[in-house]
Amino acid sequence: MLLVIEQLLNGLQLGVTLFLMSAGLTLIFGIMRVINLAHGSFYMIGAYVAATVAARSGSFLLGLLVALPAAALVGMLVEIVVLRRLYKKDHVDQVLATFGLIMFFNELTRVVWGRQPLFMDVPSWLSGSVELIPGIPYPSYRIAVIGVGLLVAVFLYLMFTRTRIGMQIRAGASNRSMAGALGINIKLLYTLVFGLGTMLAGLAGVMAGPILAVEAGMGESILILTFVVIVIGGIGSVRGAFIGALLVGMIDTLGRAFLPAFFRLFLATAHADGVAASVASMSIYILMAIILVWRPKGLLPAHT
Amino acid sequence: MKKLCVLLVVCGLLVPNLALSVEPVKIGMVTTLSTKAGYLGEEVRDGFKLAIAQEQGKLGGVPVELMVEDDGRDPGKAKQIANRFMKRDDVKIMTGIIFSNVALAVVPKVVRSEVLYISPNAGPSALAGKGCNENYFNVAYQNDNLDEVVGKYVSEAGFKNVYLLAPNYPAGKDHLAGFKRYYTGKISGEVYTKLGQSDYAAEIATLRAAKPDAVFFFLPGGMGINFLKQFSQAGLSKTIPVFGPAFSFDERILGAVGAAALGVKNGSQWSHDLDNPANKQFVAAFKEAYDRTLTLYASQGYEAARLIGSALKSVGGDVDKLDQLRSAVRKADFESVRGKFSFASNQHPIQNIYIREVVEDGKGGYTNQTLKAVFTDHGNAYVDACSMK
Amino acid sequence: MFQFDRQKICLSIGALLLVLLPLLASLAGEPYLVSLFSRILIYALAAASLDLILGYGGLVSLGHAAFFGIGAYVVGILSFHDFEESALIAWPFLIPGSDSALVAWPAAIFIAALLAVFVGALSLRTSGMHFIMITLAFAQMLYFFFVALEGYGGDDGLSLFSRNTLPALDLGDDTQFYYVCLTLLFAFLYLSARLVKSPFGMVIRGCRENEKRMQSLGFPTFRYKLLCFVIAGAAAGLAGALNANQVEYVSPGLMHWTRSGIILIMVILGGSGTLYGPVLGAAAFLLLEEVLSIYTEHWMLYFGPALILVVLFARHGLYGVLVGKEKRHG
Repeated sequence: MLLVIEQLLNGLQLGVTLFLMSAGLTLIFGIMRVINLAHGSFYMIGAYVAATVAARSGSFLLGLLVALPAAALVGMLVEIVVLRRLYKKDHVDQVLATFGLIMFFNELTRVVWGRQPLFMDVPSWLSGSVELIPGIPYPSYRIAVIGVGLLVAVFLYLMFTRTRIGMQIRAGASNRSMAGALGINIKLLYTLVFGLGTMLAGLAGVMAGPILAVEAGMGESILILTFVVIVIGGIGSVRGAFIGALLVGMIDTLGRAFLPAFFRLFLATAHADGVAASVASMSIYILMAIILVWRPKGLLPAHT
Repeated sequence: MKKLCVLLVVCGLLVPNLALSVEPVKIGMVTTLSTKAGYLGEEVRDGFKLAIAQEQGKLGGVPVELMVEDDGRDPGKAKQIANRFMKRDDVKIMTGIIFSNVALAVVPKVVRSEVLYISPNAGPSALAGKGCNENYFNVAYQNDNLDEVVGKYVSEAGFKNVYLLAPNYPAGKDHLAGFKRYYTGKISGEVYTKLGQSDYAAEIATLRAAKPDAVFFFLPGGMGINFLKQFSQAGLSKTIPVFGPAFSFDERILGAVGAAALGVKNGSQWSHDLDNPANKQFVAAFKEAYDRTLTLYASQGYEAARLIGSALKSVGGDVDKLDQLRSAVRKADFESVRGKFSFASNQHPIQNIYIREVVEDGKGGYTNQTLKAVFTDHGNAYVDACSMK
Repeated sequence: MFQFDRQKICLSIGALLLVLLPLLASLAGEPYLVSLFSRILIYALAAASLDLILGYGGLVSLGHAAFFGIGAYVVGILSFHDFEESALIAWPFLIPGSDSALVAWPAAIFIAALLAVFVGALSLRTSGMHFIMITLAFAQMLYFFFVALEGYGGDDGLSLFSRNTLPALDLGDDTQFYYVCLTLLFAFLYLSARLVKSPFGMVIRGCRENEKRMQSLGFPTFRYKLLCFVIAGAAAGLAGALNANQVEYVSPGLMHWTRSGIILIMVILGGSGTLYGPVLGAAAFLLLEEVLSIYTEHWMLYFGPALILVVLFARHGLYGVLVGKEKRHG
């Protein structure tokens, strides 16, 4: 039973990381209607910058503080130079151009930082573990990740419902020309939204840095999961992304944790492990296929 | 038009290679330089190049031309390159492949075309057993070797309840099978994870609940880095010792794992501190040439070059004498940086295999220190399955 | 009228060059080019089949490699059982392996089509971005399935002992194999050109422009789109079968989403909705990759921006540049 609770926490932590990625991506898609395959690149940039700064200065926080604006700035630059020209094009053109961006950024990090993965450590003040439930020590860093993710969710919620810029973003999303006529600077708004999205991706990258290998191409493994999340949640909906992220995080983690035991109930052990591992790796895709067949526009579609 | 232009460009590119007046022996190296695993190919290539540079462009006194191409870890692309080496450049000696799946795609065709292939890394069981070939040599190891040594060591050290972890693909199962071949205790759990997985929280929680007295894992590349970091963050590295083959503990990976790998014991056929003159010379020369800490892959590239050199020397650089060249390679008449070295009947190494421990290198980094040779003159389990005697 | 002629001239020159390629290659003393171009033709077939649903049906599939891969695996598995002399299926009736192209290739087409019926029936309920993702999901499921499929090599893949056999032809000979690929590609292009001009093609293109209108005109658009999807999947299966023969090796990597992405790039690079464009796209992609990687291992650093430039400045892909403004015939 304690193990189940611990695995639920693990699922929550994975879900929260996915939420940081998918919130930005779903905003970008919902508002600009552009498919950005290169979103994972900003995750990678965040991790690389933070790892470099943290290694030089010895301070994780400084790394975080430099990485966030760096990811936002690179994002806005990419928006101005490339993405802006794609808004009116077909989805296929957007796929092609942003695929090109992925190749470019992956290779660029190899040229700048070399081929070997970078090292990034958990800050010393988060390196211990906490016994949330007696008998189960849980790494403090992972608890911090969960906390940051939930804070961002609250922040986004407040921003969209309480602030002027949030309302402008929503206005831009529902009717672009009307919002423009009302005096909103759409171009600037788009650049800012893109910057916000890439900054969130950068944040996810920084948070993942101490847990994962910081290496070129790290963005793609999470990118696909992120797409799965926003499609399940309903494209363009931040709330949908939140629900989708938690769902994917839970299903993936619980599948990996408990499917082997489940299959051992009626299969030979050696065979059960293999089958369970296969089913676990497919589980989120199966989930997505089921949800899309059941509700073709996702759980909480933003535009009806 | 466009097609014609591109065609002309391609043809134009090929001309310089034909314009050489003296004909050095061409050696084709298909290796992985791009993708996340690119540093493996880089190490093999640089080790190989070092051997050539030490003889001023020659191997065994014979002038050689090394052609290196990146396969991008894609078997199809590797096959394309190998095909080009054989058909365009008339290469008779090839080497370089890093990954077993690439080797399985490329090697059978190459060796059937009467070209010698010297593997500097990948040693899949399929090419050691039933699929062995007189033109295929592996100078590094049979894949299972580095797991077998850990299995033996763990049993000798008195661990009785070991937890096993590997990605869910055949190589993962092969490596665990290699471990189990020499391990005598109980298996506390055997978990197969998704290939390329990055978060191991769920597996680590299950592992902790199983209360093993040691963990053995095979998770190459980034997967191993992720696992080790998270294992240590979960506070388990203090209570449960970790073991694995050298693939997750080369010096490049140790830089990315940091203190989390400290004290981990791993199996390897080579280490930079092996005490023999050839090795000391090699390690010093490599550090001077490339100004970086070297890994086992660099030694494998170097050994491949030296092995080829010894064979070229005995045939005087005439690679058309395939039979003589082949028997010269089989003799393995070179001074190995691993000390004693010879080939088993399936043309895989017979060598010592060591257990190393990860220690601080005194300069703020981490490195491996050899503890002991667990196997002496160790061959491989597939000799009997191979028809060559 | 001039535009039309220019297109015809380009196509004739292109076709002539492809037919003469083995001759040109041996004249240039570069016979290895024949196998490189076989690879190009195979990817051209896969890309052209994707163009059928993408360019004409307006459905962006990011899972096309699934059909490519399954076609390759059918050939790989049949050849594996033939070599091992074991049965593929022992019960309820015996199916042995086979290394005959006349058995393996139709089987590849059939199995790929069957898969396409299943995937299409579920995915075509969605559209746009959701369609992209659900096709991707099916391809990834298949990818992980084959990664774990131990009997057939899993992630290590399967090596074929030799290429398939055809009566009177030797597929092991690169030139003969090249002409077999070329014939199949030409046949597919011819059939597709007929298809898109037929009433069936009209309905498919009508769906791209305005599906509701086609429905109110009384066309069962779902069935039309599904049939189109199945034809494309079957052709990709054939391309996969050819690929298995060319490389003499199959692996789950054939179905990875990046492979789908590459086929998609070939279509767009060449010009979607042009049928011949994807052939050009496949040639340009593979040749550029080949040439750039000779010069620098950091070839992606240049290739990525080049793709972006194509999107921004070559409106209808390379084919559009080549034949002028007229991009879609029919």
